[in-house]
Amino acid sequence: MALVRLRGPLKRLAGDLSGHAVEGATVGELLRALERAHPATGGWILDERGIVRRHINVFVNGELGGVETAVAPEDRVDVLPAISGG
Amino acid sequence: MTELLVGTRKGLFVLEGEPGGPFEVSARAFAGEPVEYALRDSRTGSVLASVTSAFYGPKVWYTDDPKGEWEQASGVALPEGGEGALERIWVIVAGEAGGTLYAGGDPGVLFESRDGGASWELNRGLWEHPSREFWQPGGGGLCLHSIATWPGDPDRLAVGISAAGVWLSDDGGATWRKGNEGLVAGYVPENTPPDQIGLCVHRLHRAPARPERLFMQFHGGVYRSDDAGETWTDIAAGLPSDFGFPLALDPGDPDSAFLIPLTADTDRVTSDSRVRVYETRDGGASWMARGSGLPQGHAYLTILREAFDWLGDGEALELYFGATSGDVFGSRDAGASWATVAIRLPPVLSVAAG
Repeated sequence: MALVRLRGPLKRLAGDLSGHAVEGATVGELLRALERAHPATGGWILDERGIVRRHINVFVNGELGGVETAVAPEDRVDVLPAISGG
Repeated sequence: MTELLVGTRKGLFVLEGEPGGPFEVSARAFAGEPVEYALRDSRTGSVLASVTSAFYGPKVWYTDDPKGEWEQASGVALPEGGEGALERIWVIVAGEAGGTLYAGGDPGVLFESRDGGASWELNRGLWEHPSREFWQPGGGGLCLHSIATWPGDPDRLAVGISAAGVWLSDDGGATWRKGNEGLVAGYVPENTPPDQIGLCVHRLHRAPARPERLFMQFHGGVYRSDDAGETWTDIAAGLPSDFGFPLALDPGDPDSAFLIPLTADTDRVTSDSRVRVYETRDGGASWMARGSGLPQGHAYLTILREAFDWLGDGEALELYFGATSGDVFGSRDAGASWATVAIRLPPVLSVAAG
């Protein structure tokens, strides 16, 4: 299973754990599986369309990815707020 | 003691004080996050807040104590798997039925809660309206920002959407029809087909003492309806500008309305570089400037649509408004005189008095 790593409020919503071993072949599948395991994260990373919110970045092994990015069982997926704001 | 819930670009500020003077900041919640709107439901004492995180999207939160823990409300989202996503919740209003609340948001959506704000449901009648594909967003998005309930009758609702006009329901929101006759959009050619005109309502309120009467600040126009929103009459004559956003009423006087005109849509600051509230007591036949105690020289303030509220009525009517400058002003005598309530807050998005 891939390892999804969360920080800040996302970590808090996911049982106050930063690392989550999750099943899925793509980033989108991983994030949906995370929502099922921790329903409080629903709507925080993916919007209603199933798209990663505009100012959240998802990195697969350090490289920027999207919902369709393929994920292997040993991969590490970091979910981070983007550098943006005002 | 009056409480103001002030939504700002950087959090919710709870201000407390005696009318007519400066207020104290008694709490700040959601530090750093845009708080579009907050309301204390006087029936339950609960506070509800609409927060639009730049990162994590729009959420509605509720609590019994704004200084304490907040719970996230459920159901504040569009149907999953569709083409749209909720952008933000602009306003929250208490309904007429017990425990009922309404929330309006972008893209032109209405939510209803029947449990005091813990859970919400999308209003399908408006969401699935066949004309929706023709609705156009205004500069602030396709925002449903005004929800006018009818005292004593939970079935009758009016909502204002920028720029999809006024929508009326007589069956609790199951079905909706337009209520736009008489509104003139000066920003499109005269021969534009009516169904292609985006009607940019800026703010809408119902006069509770005469519920068939509504007042509206339009995008270039001020209107009154005496038939529950079916038709509208221009009442802008006598104002320095027909452009502005917020609108307030004296709930005890159905002939009253208060506006804060801005110079023009191309220069959205207080007209004549002075801050003045304009009051009518004759249904808009005449307007009187009220500025005593407000900045009167080189004052270029912008007051947004949700940033003007009232408490009480008659001679004891309290009025409060906040500006994007971070200043909040208040009156304890129905606008006759004004005082500074708070300064140097983040840009003010909304004010709710309770």
